[in-house]
Amino acid sequence: MRWPTFLAIALAVALAVAAVARFYGNEYYFIAAYVVLQYVVLATAWNILGGYAGYVNFGSAAFFAAGAYTTIAFHSVVSLPIPVLIVLGGIVSGVIGFIAGYLTLRLRGVFFAIATLALAVVLQTLIINWDHVGGSRGAYLLRAHEFPYIGSYMQYLFLMMLLLAVVAVSVARLIERSWLGFGLAAIRDDEAAAEASGVPTLRLKLIATTVSGAFMGMAGAPFPYMLGYVDPASAFNLAYAVNAIAMPMIGGTTTWVGPVIGAILLGTIQQVATVTISSAVNLLIVGLVLIGFVILAPNGIVGLFQQWFGKRRAR
Amino acid sequence: MAGVLLHVSQVGKRFGGFVALEGIDLEVREGERLGLIGPNGSGKSTLVNCICGTLTNDRGHVQFQGEKLDGLPAYQRTRKGLARSFQLPRPFFSLSVADNLRIPLLYTVGARGSAHGDMDGRCAELLHMVGLHDKYDAMPVDLTQVDMRKLELARAMAAEPKLLIADEAMAGLSHSEIEDILKLLVRLNEQGVTIIMIEHIMSAVMSFSQRLAVLVSGKKIADGDPQEVVRNPEVVRAYLGQ
Repeated sequence: MRWPTFLAIALAVALAVAAVARFYGNEYYFIAAYVVLQYVVLATAWNILGGYAGYVNFGSAAFFAAGAYTTIAFHSVVSLPIPVLIVLGGIVSGVIGFIAGYLTLRLRGVFFAIATLALAVVLQTLIINWDHVGGSRGAYLLRAHEFPYIGSYMQYLFLMMLLLAVVAVSVARLIERSWLGFGLAAIRDDEAAAEASGVPTLRLKLIATTVSGAFMGMAGAPFPYMLGYVDPASAFNLAYAVNAIAMPMIGGTTTWVGPVIGAILLGTIQQVATVTISSAVNLLIVGLVLIGFVILAPNGIVGLFQQWFGKRRAR
Repeated sequence: MAGVLLHVSQVGKRFGGFVALEGIDLEVREGERLGLIGPNGSGKSTLVNCICGTLTNDRGHVQFQGEKLDGLPAYQRTRKGLARSFQLPRPFFSLSVADNLRIPLLYTVGARGSAHGDMDGRCAELLHMVGLHDKYDAMPVDLTQVDMRKLELARAMAAEPKLLIADEAMAGLSHSEIEDILKLLVRLNEQGVTIIMIEHIMSAVMSFSQRLAVLVSGKKIADGDPQEVVRNPEVVRAYLGQ
């Protein structure tokens, strides 16, 4: 399927989702759908580096928070529309991704993962000590109740996240099927052999870190408008890092569709658990499902399907 | 006489206190078939890694086609025409056999600006050359050991190198499989590719090489006509064990 066709289908699906949500009209559904879509973007972004190139990033929360705090930093100076803030959050997080990548991408495996974890700690410490964005107290952000032509502000935020999810998934699919995706797959399989085949491994990894970081920042940019309040504990929450890793691993890391399936599945279960049991069990659910998949289906749901169809074809 | 393609001058490499290479000098001429032998741990693979840019030499220089390669990353050396196959086959396991060849076609031949319009056709041509034409869509995990070694060579050839370094391409293969790989290497050489063969199987080395160099404990102890080199008392003592 060609890229414009894929984009058209993705937009059509997004419109259908928006229409169904509006049909039900319950405000909670928009909040729940927003959170699930936010995870679609986060998981897709993580997968560009972690799934395609095989570099596990434990610092997703840092990029997410960088996007959220970009919004706070600009909001206190000038009032900007959310699409502009999403772009700014993407730029800031992309630059952080590029710099962090340049400093850490010579490390491999567990050393790289630890370095990304350290990045989150360093960034959180900087934010805690930056008064302009509220420091450890956090910052409030008052949003309008309604948005013209759309309805409630939450519906507007939901639409923004829906569009962002379409863009993120389309870009991930484009990367996967391009020269860049081929090169990243070669790096994931064997970096030395990739380099010996002419792949500029550092350059490709830097592109992946930048794009991945940028989308995570974009996912975080509307976050302050969603909650109306941001503090370091919520923006740098462990749940973002864990979910960003677990969702692609459960869905499958080698294709764009894996993170989408994982995020919709786990995100929805978490939302149901939040209203029926408690949000406190969310990470427990993720942990248990992840353990199950790592043992029984290490290639995720997509891998299971590929295995099943492969066996059927072989018969 | 053909010009010098590769010039290795006083190359040294240490790993902590262990001296892996000590002032190695080596010249390879265009179109030549050079055999490089030595006992395990003599520094053959380290020398290849220093030539190809996988490792950085601590001292000395590597020149290829008159150009110094020192400091250049491995991918740039490959683009300049210096390809290698690995001692243990290292295919890209998540990619099909044909896609394994697309990587060097995209990133090396493509980067030189001499990309083939028909990449699928070029993949098929390369696979036919190594006898893997019926494995086009197969995954590397389904290949036999000899097929993996052929894929390794095909992938190196996809980069259209001027110099190919085959690092123990025949290790662990049966006699007939060794013959297959030997014929393939000779055919590549006839097509104009200069080849350095690193090998322990002396019959293969002797039938293939026009010149033979011997490394022992990180030093080159002999370099010359294969028949004379294997009669060299120092080589016999250090390597052949007689």
